[in-house]
Amino acid sequence: MDTPFVVGGRTFRSRLMIGTGKYGDPETMVRAIEATGAEVVTVAVRRVDLDRTAEGSILRHLDPARFFLLANTAGCYSADDAVRYARLAREAGFNDFVKLEVIGDQETLLPDVAGLLEAARTLVAEGFKVLAYTNEDLITALRLEEAGCAAVMPLASPIGSGLGLLNPVSVRTIKRRLSVPVIVDAGVGTASDACVTMEQGVDGILMNTAVASARDPVLMGRAMRLAVESGRAAYLAGRMPKREVAVPSSPTEGMLD
Amino acid sequence: MVDTVEIVVNGAPRRVTAGATLLELLGVWSLDPRGVVVEHNRRIVRRPALGDVRVNPGDAIELVQFVGGG
Repeated sequence: MDTPFVVGGRTFRSRLMIGTGKYGDPETMVRAIEATGAEVVTVAVRRVDLDRTAEGSILRHLDPARFFLLANTAGCYSADDAVRYARLAREAGFNDFVKLEVIGDQETLLPDVAGLLEAARTLVAEGFKVLAYTNEDLITALRLEEAGCAAVMPLASPIGSGLGLLNPVSVRTIKRRLSVPVIVDAGVGTASDACVTMEQGVDGILMNTAVASARDPVLMGRAMRLAVESGRAAYLAGRMPKREVAVPSSPTEGMLD
Repeated sequence: MVDTVEIVVNGAPRRVTAGATLLELLGVWSLDPRGVVVEHNRRIVRRPALGDVRVNPGDAIELVQFVGGG
């Protein structure tokens, strides 16, 4: 039996969180998200298009009664910007959770950990439940926990890269040393990546592009649901030790002369 | 002739009725206040107060909503 998945005092039914960006059309997005079984869906805060050429609010397609909307601060390059976006997101009135991103570099989209810590402290003091997107550095993860973050979200590999889990040892170390939930965010490319990530013992995983940019996002959504459940079960089951020599599975006794 | 003033909305200049409230402006742009968050000169204006805040020339207003993102 698994333990409940609790973040910021709230229990969620799925360990898989899913992004809502980059889908070809909103109908496919909704069907793909349903196939993942995710309860938490991330959203971004952007200007309304007064000339109505753009898609408009995602809430036209996602029922906030069915999904937990986790606003992000994607695209923010300073602590001040991220805090501003988080406050706007909370004012939308759904919850006080925020997926905090403070990006330090356009090419890699790697986090600016100094800005991240600064923004995290400010938002925690304002009562936010902060889920902090960070790299796989243990010390930063520990500082984020000390700052009061509700969850720490190390990357598997850069956002949108699909490279999978590049540094399992560091992610395992973070999981071992932190008390708050560790949710791997970004970099998963396909189902095996999600499974291997969950096998490290992390509490959850957040992905977007791997589903949205699959040829069949709905089918990939289902694959990801199975992979996350599978990886979690394998972690809980406890894998056999690795050996570099064969050990027979059938009895060596009772062979014919 | 109705008096108008120039303000900046989502980064672009716009002429609006002088003395209009934020709530009236949302109506002009057919925006449901429940789906939009309003920032007025870098200060968030909560929904119940939208009808109390009037715009002045040069004000900066941001209107944001939730869109798809990861």
